[in-house]
Amino acid sequence: MAVCIAVIAKENYPLYIRSVPTQNELKFHYTVHTSLDVVEEKISAVGKSIGDQRELYLGLLYPTEDYKVYGYVTNSKVKFVIVVDSSNTSLRDNEIRSMFRKLHNSFTDVMCNPFHNPGDPIQSKAFDGIVSGMMVQSS
Amino acid sequence: MADEAPFQLLHSELIHYIYQSEHGADTDNARNITKLEAMGFRVGQGLMERLTKDTARFKDELDVMKFICKDFWTCVFKKQIDNLRTNHQGIYVLQDNKFRLLGSLSAGKQYLEHAPKFLAFSCGLVRGALCSLGVRSIVTAEAAVMPACKFQVMIQKS
Repeated sequence: MAVCIAVIAKENYPLYIRSVPTQNELKFHYTVHTSLDVVEEKISAVGKSIGDQRELYLGLLYPTEDYKVYGYVTNSKVKFVIVVDSSNTSLRDNEIRSMFRKLHNSFTDVMCNPFHNPGDPIQSKAFDGIVSGMMVQSS
Repeated sequence: MADEAPFQLLHSELIHYIYQSEHGADTDNARNITKLEAMGFRVGQGLMERLTKDTARFKDELDVMKFICKDFWTCVFKKQIDNLRTNHQGIYVLQDNKFRLLGSLSAGKQYLEHAPKFLAFSCGLVRGALCSLGVRSIVTAEAAVMPACKFQVMIQKS
């Protein structure tokens, strides 16, 4: 399960960041921030590579010693970033995919909410709930 | 299909509401049009977010326009655009020979002066859809003979 989940707007400012151990929050902000370059690189590489993969799921962005960072980009260029613990080796690619899927579904619901202003930070409780379900339960 | 009638009714009621709520309605036509357009913009944005959830990322502008003409139009108006033309320099003309929202008005030229308010929402819809995919544009519509109409999309390069 994830230790940090972030939603980044088209203009690369955070719409939503949630991480598990609150004392390390800044570190996760940093990790997510640095991952944006990799996302940018993956998006712009489309068309140049032979294998024309234009999937929304971008796969593993980069591994660090402690964490693995996964990325996903919607057609509206909103990025989702999920950070998971490296020690959690049982987590398969498919599970990450389905997490992004769930996140995306919930995000579209937020976007279609007429009371939500596109581009504002996400404050939806339903979205919060979905994210909580995907986070590591720390107690 | 059963789900198109409510949309049509809601749309005409929307126009009615906008034009009623403004006192001295006739003097402020431009503002009403803008209001309708802005409403369409927000709807288009949300709708596109939902429609593109399961599609692959778009290659280029033309790819986006094709999506609007086929999937988007089918979703909203239950038919595809009849003709898409482009000059490959950022201008696209979308022609619909039997535009659904004009269907309830009598065909021909009799009520042509009322056409703009029935098209404003759709203009906003297209602009919102494009904007959510990161394409800034100006969308205008014209109707020469009633059920047919043309949308002109001008892409803003910046």
